[in-house]
Amino acid sequence: MTGKTLYDKLWEQHLVRESEDGTALIYIDLQLLHEVTSAQAFAGLRDAARLPRRKAANLAVADHNVPTTDRSAGIADPIARLQVETLDRNCEEFGITEFSMADPRQGIVHVVGPEQGATQPGMTIVCGDSHTATHGALGALAFGIGTSEVEHVLATQCLVARKMKNMRINLNGTLPESIVSKDMILAVIGLIGTSGGTGYAIEFAGSAVKSASMEARMTLCNMAIEAGARSGLVGVDETTVAYLKGRPYAPQDGAFDRAQNYWLEMVTDADAEFDKEYHLDVSSLRPQVTWGTSPEMVVSVDDAIPDPADAPDQTRQGDWTRALEYMDLTPGTRINAIELDKVFIGACTNGRIEDLRAAAKVASGRKVAQNIKQALVVPGSGLVKIQAEAEGLDKIFTDAGFEWREPGCSMCLAMNADRLEPGERCAATSNRNFEGRQGYGGRTHLVSPSMAAAAAIAGRFADPNQL
Amino acid sequence: MEKFLNYTSVVIPIDRSNVDTDAIIPKQFLKSVERSGFGDNLFDEWRYLDQGEPGQDCSGRPLNSDFILNKKAYRDGRILLARENFGCGSSREHAVWALRDFGIKTVIAGSYADIFFNNCFKNGVLPISLPSADIETLFNQDGESGPFSMEIDLERQTATAESGQVYRFEMDAFKKQCLLEGLDDIALTLQHEGDIAAYEERRMKEVPWLFEDLGA
Ligand code: SF4
Repeated sequence: MTGKTLYDKLWEQHLVRESEDGTALIYIDLQLLHEVTSAQAFAGLRDAARLPRRKAANLAVADHNVPTTDRSAGIADPIARLQVETLDRNCEEFGITEFSMADPRQGIVHVVGPEQGATQPGMTIVCGDSHTATHGALGALAFGIGTSEVEHVLATQCLVARKMKNMRINLNGTLPESIVSKDMILAVIGLIGTSGGTGYAIEFAGSAVKSASMEARMTLCNMAIEAGARSGLVGVDETTVAYLKGRPYAPQDGAFDRAQNYWLEMVTDADAEFDKEYHLDVSSLRPQVTWGTSPEMVVSVDDAIPDPADAPDQTRQGDWTRALEYMDLTPGTRINAIELDKVFIGACTNGRIEDLRAAAKVASGRKVAQNIKQALVVPGSGLVKIQAEAEGLDKIFTDAGFEWREPGCSMCLAMNADRLEPGERCAATSNRNFEGRQGYGGRTHLVSPSMAAAAAIAGRFADPNQL
Repeated sequence: MEKFLNYTSVVIPIDRSNVDTDAIIPKQFLKSVERSGFGDNLFDEWRYLDQGEPGQDCSGRPLNSDFILNKKAYRDGRILLARENFGCGSSREHAVWALRDFGIKTVIAGSYADIFFNNCFKNGVLPISLPSADIETLFNQDGESGPFSMEIDLERQTATAESGQVYRFEMDAFKKQCLLEGLDDIALTLQHEGDIAAYEERRMKEVPWLFEDLGA
């Protein structure tokens, strides 16, 4: 008999029942809630006179709409304010724990879960948000769901699902200086495409993952969804266990030891088989930059904008042409010749402490270029902010001319006041470069934190090692 | 949820792959706490020449006359045709609500992003996947002879073009039944309460720490 993958194990352990046709009911251990995708679910619950089955298995935090400047006056935009207040009210009514906007633990839901130890190996975790994949870095089966499913989980603690297929992406080698997991995941998406992982759970493995920090693993899993997969996974090891130790919601003392034994089983068996495997040697990886309006439109900083005439097929030729038109770029332009208007460092992809350290390292003792209208640094959570300030990172950033903000999603999707104006070009550490994502008519290039900082200093894309 | 009935409608071709949910419904409209009222803002940035704001009356906004939804022959279409990876991006169910509110009942595409695909079934929208050669044929048909209609028959799993060409599509039996009968799947799941309780009891012994309260 062949062994099981980590995904197989997680799936089997959460199977409540399965029909002959493969439709299954799986149990959900933790649901994370935020303001944008939960209001209609709570309303549905109320309309049907239902109650949450296990209110203690839910954790809520507002992140998408919150202002990143002084919060003492509340939220100025009345529609955004209503949405955040609706979450507050729903949590109160249904008895669900919420980190309110004034709580230092508030932040982006995918930064908060692991940081609090609420995200644990061997769990199933859902959230009405596609970047729930992030939590898979801790060996949990985590995936995004729609609002109707949020309601379903609230009411039943279960989800109707079908088993996905298994994919493993092996990342081997030692990353060069200033090249980070964001570059790895962008390269992976360039390789397999934005629908390459559709229908799969992707496990990231190999020496470059083994040696990666938890933060770096979260960045990898975060963008599994940009590769088409609802879930990203990394097997549990000592790094995972050490990360969880002492976190407020993680098991404590004796329970921790017992849990640890269980967690360490959350790995793929040596003889397990995958439906699909990829291998990538990362030892000579270069800083990655997206040039178009889909994360798969990616090249390295030394490359040039590709020519749609060279596209592999007709559909992509059309997509590339439209993307270049939207991005106002011409084939053949060197990436490092592209000038920028704004820089955004933050989001659930790269808003953790390690990301801010990497960006600060590049920014230290330097100045943001004249042509950059705004360079924002937005910590992923209140606790990340406090930690960064204790390390003096905020000072490095502000001395260099960056703005230091309050935690939230911010310019990742521009639902609050932080946004691009039409035509503005931005180097962003977020995960999506779709048309209008960072503001109507805005142009987004996805990069790593080091690259974003380098771009702010140089005013254009530049290799962080060659500033 | 309303039952999914057979119908015939003109096909609206959107010749793109990777149509993302930010394009289907831009984020400013996600601030709503309602479940409907998104139809006027479907494809907002492609459909209008100005920037839309939530709660705005869209009847006076400048239209992008090149965009297909603004062309008279397609305006009342109930079937959307697109290429690979339709609905990629965020999990926002608002994307399906916008399609549904506009009147789209069926999407025909080469493939779908997983979360979008699931969200469709919760709202009575049928996502049909066809092989890329068939998708190509349908795009060509519109390109060569202009707008055409198709009849969607979920029971028989067929989409039949005016020309008489029949396209059979694959369908998960459970999802099909839910659409045909307009079933509320929470009620269906609650029928398995015994199984859920038994699972919880067993797990509580194996992994007790997962059942502790997430206190404030
Ligand atoms: S930071 Fe961006 S991608 Fe992450 S949860 Fe917020 S909006 Fe979504």
